[in-house]
Amino acid sequence: MTETQNLTLVQAVRDGLHTELREDDDVVVMGQDVGKNGGVFRATEGLYDEFGGDRVIDTPLAESGIVGTAVGMAAMGMRPVPEIQFSGFMYPGFDQIVSHMARFRARSRGRFTLPMTLRAPYGGGIRAPEHHSESKEAFYAHEAGLKVVIPSTPYDAKGLLAASIRDPDPVIFLEPKLIYRAFRDEVPEEPYTVPLGEAVTRREGDDVAVFTYGAMTRPTMEAAETLGEEGIECEVVDLRTVSPLDREAIVEAFEKTGRAVVVHEAPKTGGLAGEITAILQEEALLYQEAPIGRVTGFDVPYPLYALEDYYLPSAARIEEGILEAVEF
Amino acid sequence: MLAKILPNTSELVQKCPILTPSDGRFLRATPLFLSILNYLRKRYYPGGGRIGHAKVGSTVSVFDRAYDETVRVLDEDGEVVGDVPDLDDESLVEMYRHMRLARHFDGRAVSLQRQGRMGTYPPLSGQEGAQVGSAYALDADDWMVPSYREHGAALVHGLPLKQTLLYWMGHEDGNRAPDDVNVFPVAVPIASQVPHATGAAWASKLRGENDAFICYFGDGATSEGDFHEGVNFAGVFDTPTVFFCNNNQWAISVPRERQTRSATLAQKAEAYGIDGVQVDGMDPLAVYSVTEAALEKARDPDTDRPRPTLIEAVQYRFGAHTTADDPTVYRDDDEVERWRRKDPIDRLESYLRDEGVLDDERVAEIESSVEARVADAIDAAESMARPEPRALFEHAYAELPPELERQYEEFAALRDDRGDAAFLEE
Repeated sequence: MTETQNLTLVQAVRDGLHTELREDDDVVVMGQDVGKNGGVFRATEGLYDEFGGDRVIDTPLAESGIVGTAVGMAAMGMRPVPEIQFSGFMYPGFDQIVSHMARFRARSRGRFTLPMTLRAPYGGGIRAPEHHSESKEAFYAHEAGLKVVIPSTPYDAKGLLAASIRDPDPVIFLEPKLIYRAFRDEVPEEPYTVPLGEAVTRREGDDVAVFTYGAMTRPTMEAAETLGEEGIECEVVDLRTVSPLDREAIVEAFEKTGRAVVVHEAPKTGGLAGEITAILQEEALLYQEAPIGRVTGFDVPYPLYALEDYYLPSAARIEEGILEAVEF
Repeated sequence: MLAKILPNTSELVQKCPILTPSDGRFLRATPLFLSILNYLRKRYYPGGGRIGHAKVGSTVSVFDRAYDETVRVLDEDGEVVGDVPDLDDESLVEMYRHMRLARHFDGRAVSLQRQGRMGTYPPLSGQEGAQVGSAYALDADDWMVPSYREHGAALVHGLPLKQTLLYWMGHEDGNRAPDDVNVFPVAVPIASQVPHATGAAWASKLRGENDAFICYFGDGATSEGDFHEGVNFAGVFDTPTVFFCNNNQWAISVPRERQTRSATLAQKAEAYGIDGVQVDGMDPLAVYSVTEAALEKARDPDTDRPRPTLIEAVQYRFGAHTTADDPTVYRDDDEVERWRRKDPIDRLESYLRDEGVLDDERVAEIESSVEARVADAIDAAESMARPEPRALFEHAYAELPPELERQYEEFAALRDDRGDAAFLEE
């Protein structure tokens, strides 16, 4: 019987970092306030005391420096796990991410690989100041050479993080901070991985497939339960990795139902929902019985918190989107 | 030749190899070195002031100091240790009033956050001397380019307190300064506003206007690329910009000495060929003097010095980085206590009481007027209703694209159908 702990998502991230630091001396955690302070969300709490300042590193306030030096470390074979404090502050490091982190393997024809995992809390719903709430996973999914992972449960967070850190290629690991402490999960104490690129079915249903990930998994499940009471059965697929997408699982759920809705809090235009829709057009056109719905954030700047509840897809908006697909 | 280069110490040092150590670092201002320079200056450049123990307020003297030679006017007890700026009594009292207002506002804002009446808020207590002292030196036409903690500076420059409250209460309208208040919107990403301040000042210069621009940022910001790029452009294009670094010792949990190996932040000016000066940021009068001199130089297109200046105001944030932060995790109470004894408000109050400008009665009047003003602002901010969802879409573009109009219409119809409760979390 495996020993487990009852952890929140952020505790599971912390546990995952702890496990990988212990298992592999090449793993280092670096970023602003990750050391002595234990991270602004406590995702690195206690790690500095246990592993010391050479492995859990407080850096100067410089995102390009954090990502760029991690690229250099990774090129030398280490497995750095840089943290950007909020995903909204990744942009000073964006050049390093897209010009180098994503391309080192291809540029050097495989001589240099970058086994690094860039972590950042992302997404809205916590009444945070400007730039602390955006969902920009599509930027990174658009960039060849990167994998983009977004967990929605504590169990997955630890397992996906371990898989990311051990992966030979660079991973952007986005942590939905709205559900950092929203609920607990049984998380094994021992090391384990959840494979990258594999979606998971959270709820079985024959009427409509609903694809989502991260913090939107919860309101999507809520909407699915509500509609279930009305006799509409949703198949809810949590993508977990948004690049590369699990095309097989996406197509399979769609072929089963013939109807689909994609839910994400990121803006609509250029978002992952468009990509998933395109996959279904390419792979399963003849199964399609209704337009594929998109329930997303609006194409506007993420608002300050007085209006953020209107911006984020709520269970009500998700229900409405599903009903449109089902009743077409 | 010698007289020509004398006004600028740093140039002198650069041009005299014997004064520059082989490791290329700027020569530390030893007493012998300074006395030689002072002798040469007096001999060849009378009226240029002394180096090292310079007269505060004189452009040449303020900027011809060693970088670690902090400009001071009042010591911790409010005793005069430098040249008091030329301000009349009422102006000094006004500065004091502004500082009290900023402190009281800050305390109320923190408690509003604790009571759930406001979101995450970045406190400024301890930093009133730097904020008010510098902003008080601005002309109304000058521009302020803040980061996110300069509520005190912004109020001095005319931003209504209600605006600041609304912003931290999550209303976009809080960032909309009145048209006659020359304050840029809050810039949250660290150092990202520095190039804006250079560009805005550059625009003013290109148009032949004589406004100066002050840009605020913290010690952590000096590690960011944007800081270096912005200050470098200012040097190259000689823009009328004053870069005002609120060095409050801590970038959340990272202490100043972990940001840079440089002994001072002021010396970073050297790399970009502009003036750099360190001032006691807990001393509002010293801050005023230095900022005033830097602004004057910035506005003067004919100055023989670089127009931009980097000011490092050495200070301390008494409280947390934001209300989401717990500073007891990373710093000692003793350190906080040591800095509390340098409180900029107590310091100015002691001085003004000693001068006979302030007494108990006046202080009591200021206290009650400050409390009333903040209470009124809170009432005004809290009486603002939650904006309609339409506000999400306003201002995204000059003209709303049809797809956005469609997104709004769809949402509005669903809201009519389901009611607000279906969308609001609270």
